[in-house]
Amino acid sequence: MKLTKRALMTGAAMALGLAATGPALAQDKTKVGFVYVGPVGDGGWTYEHDKGRQAVEEHFGDKVETVFVESVPEGPDSERVMTQMALDGADLIFTTSFGYMDPTINVAKKFPDVKFEHATGYKTADNVSVYSARFYEGRAVQGTIAGHMTESNVIGYIGSYPIPEVIRGINSAYIHAKKVNPDVQFKIVWAFTWFDPAKEADAAKVLIEQGADVILQHTDSTAPQAAAQEAGNVITFGQASDMAEYGPKPRVSSIIDNWAPYYIARTQAVMDGTWTSTNTWDGIGPGMVGIGEISDAVPAEVKAEALALKDALASGEYHAFTGPLKKQDGSDWLAEGETADDGTLAGMNFYVEGIEGDIPQ
Amino acid sequence: MDLSAINPVLLIASLMVAATAVMIAAIGELIVERAGVLNLGVEGMMITGAICGFAVAVQTGSPTAGFIAAAAGGAALSMLFAFLTQFALANQVASGLALTLFGLGLSALLGQGYQGIKPPSTPRLDIPVLSDLPWVGRIVFGHDLMVYFGLALVAATWAFLKYARAGLVLRAVGENHDAAHALGYKVVRIRVLAIAFGGAMAGLGGAYISLVRVPQWTEGMTAGIGWIALALVVFASWKPWRVLLGAYLFGGVTVLQLNLQAAGIAIPVEYLSMSPYIITIVVLVIMSADKSRAPASLGRIFHATH
Repeated sequence: MKLTKRALMTGAAMALGLAATGPALAQDKTKVGFVYVGPVGDGGWTYEHDKGRQAVEEHFGDKVETVFVESVPEGPDSERVMTQMALDGADLIFTTSFGYMDPTINVAKKFPDVKFEHATGYKTADNVSVYSARFYEGRAVQGTIAGHMTESNVIGYIGSYPIPEVIRGINSAYIHAKKVNPDVQFKIVWAFTWFDPAKEADAAKVLIEQGADVILQHTDSTAPQAAAQEAGNVITFGQASDMAEYGPKPRVSSIIDNWAPYYIARTQAVMDGTWTSTNTWDGIGPGMVGIGEISDAVPAEVKAEALALKDALASGEYHAFTGPLKKQDGSDWLAEGETADDGTLAGMNFYVEGIEGDIPQ
Repeated sequence: MDLSAINPVLLIASLMVAATAVMIAAIGELIVERAGVLNLGVEGMMITGAICGFAVAVQTGSPTAGFIAAAAGGAALSMLFAFLTQFALANQVASGLALTLFGLGLSALLGQGYQGIKPPSTPRLDIPVLSDLPWVGRIVFGHDLMVYFGLALVAATWAFLKYARAGLVLRAVGENHDAAHALGYKVVRIRVLAIAFGGAMAGLGGAYISLVRVPQWTEGMTAGIGWIALALVVFASWKPWRVLLGAYLFGGVTVLQLNLQAAGIAIPVEYLSMSPYIITIVVLVIMSADKSRAPASLGRIFHATH
């Protein structure tokens, strides 16, 4: 519903804009489109992508024109929005949610001259690049803090959809929580939405009622933070954005996505005509994943340990998935000292040993 | 599987909270539709109420003032719809959809600067002794006032439609506006009042989400609850008690499925996730197998030609 209207309004606005300025002027600028899964004011995932878009505008000034459509549902609706953007003359389109993967590929086939960039997916084409961040490195830091901080030894995890990106995060957080606290248990709830504050809050409340005193979330709004604050003695981590307004407690740290440098570089490449299809997957080291300020609610020695882990991940001397590790069913996955390859990580569809429950298929 | 992790008292208490917003909004829409007007703008009025209530509650520090502002905001927005449909005789479906779109945009604009702020907390009812009773205390006496307001609203709406003279007139307008007009009733005035009431209730429902259930302001935070309220009215065959039942079923199964997931029950999550919608629809469809039907003038434009 929201989509239809936004699309219509944007379409109408674009039509007006074109009528007013004429096509000649539009050609001077590089036009960059962004498709968002939530509202730009979600305070999390989409908020950070939009900050990246604003950085592009700021960096290139008059040489660039950006457009965006927010709250676009994953699936066929998104295909319509992308098609509209391409028809309206976009040179480069960023599609910023996993569920836009097939629609992006479909639309890219129809517009070979338009460059597409799909976030967090794995399907590429001559004019489709994929990019993502190694959020699981940040999850390792979160898991370490969570394992130390929990008193009930129950950590609640709000998942969005059972896709590799989310499962990697759960595994990474679990491995590192378990490392510092062998008694730790994960309770996982799948919300089957990226953005629904009321549902996310309900999920957080349910987990807290069932004994969790740490809530990790992989959904986009700040609602779980608010629910944890209301409940009292619970800690959380900012997801995708710093969510500093909920610090120093419940929010004790965060994973911050920093898309701006990537968006600027790719826009520059389109301007220079040097754009090629690439597969980018950057972590803490290159700065695509940031770790938000660890608040004073965390004891100093835990903070120091978390920061040391962060540095080790950044320099590459430690990999978040280092053996010995077994899969949930008890079969061997990584031998002592072995690290996971990107192919396995990109398609991860299993829990590591110790996590209870099944991944919805 | 560990069912003991689920605390039934907390489960029932939280289902009442989860059901309240959709229930209040649905009752408002029920009155509107019984007056023969189809207002698809519930979602827009809810989100407008959510931000009006949130902003005023933050500014004044009083949740009560927030709820009043939310009702006023929702009603004010609904007057736009009333003007379009009752005076400009515009199509109700199109006007209602436009109202939702407008409300979503307006609320995002009004909400600038309110992200990440904590609203004053709405106190729970706390009666000495009674609220401390095991089981009953938390379920019956342990809620914020809006939960009781929602229940009272259902009872009052039922009594109003069934026993009050004004309720009879309202229904007459909804069933046959030409006959009601011939009898000398002010069809347009009655409908405008009904629309205002519907807007106010949608606003309250929205504010319940932003002030109690979540509690925070995020753009688009109603995320489709207004549409659920609309569907609930139809499936409840325009009867207040069935709206209550539907809302509790929907809220209950929503909370229950999250609880079951967290407790690690071995039911595939996909089925759990769709269960609130399916169970609510199935139960209400079975119940509406009797002769209940929509108000006869629902959605039709009235123009007094004489």
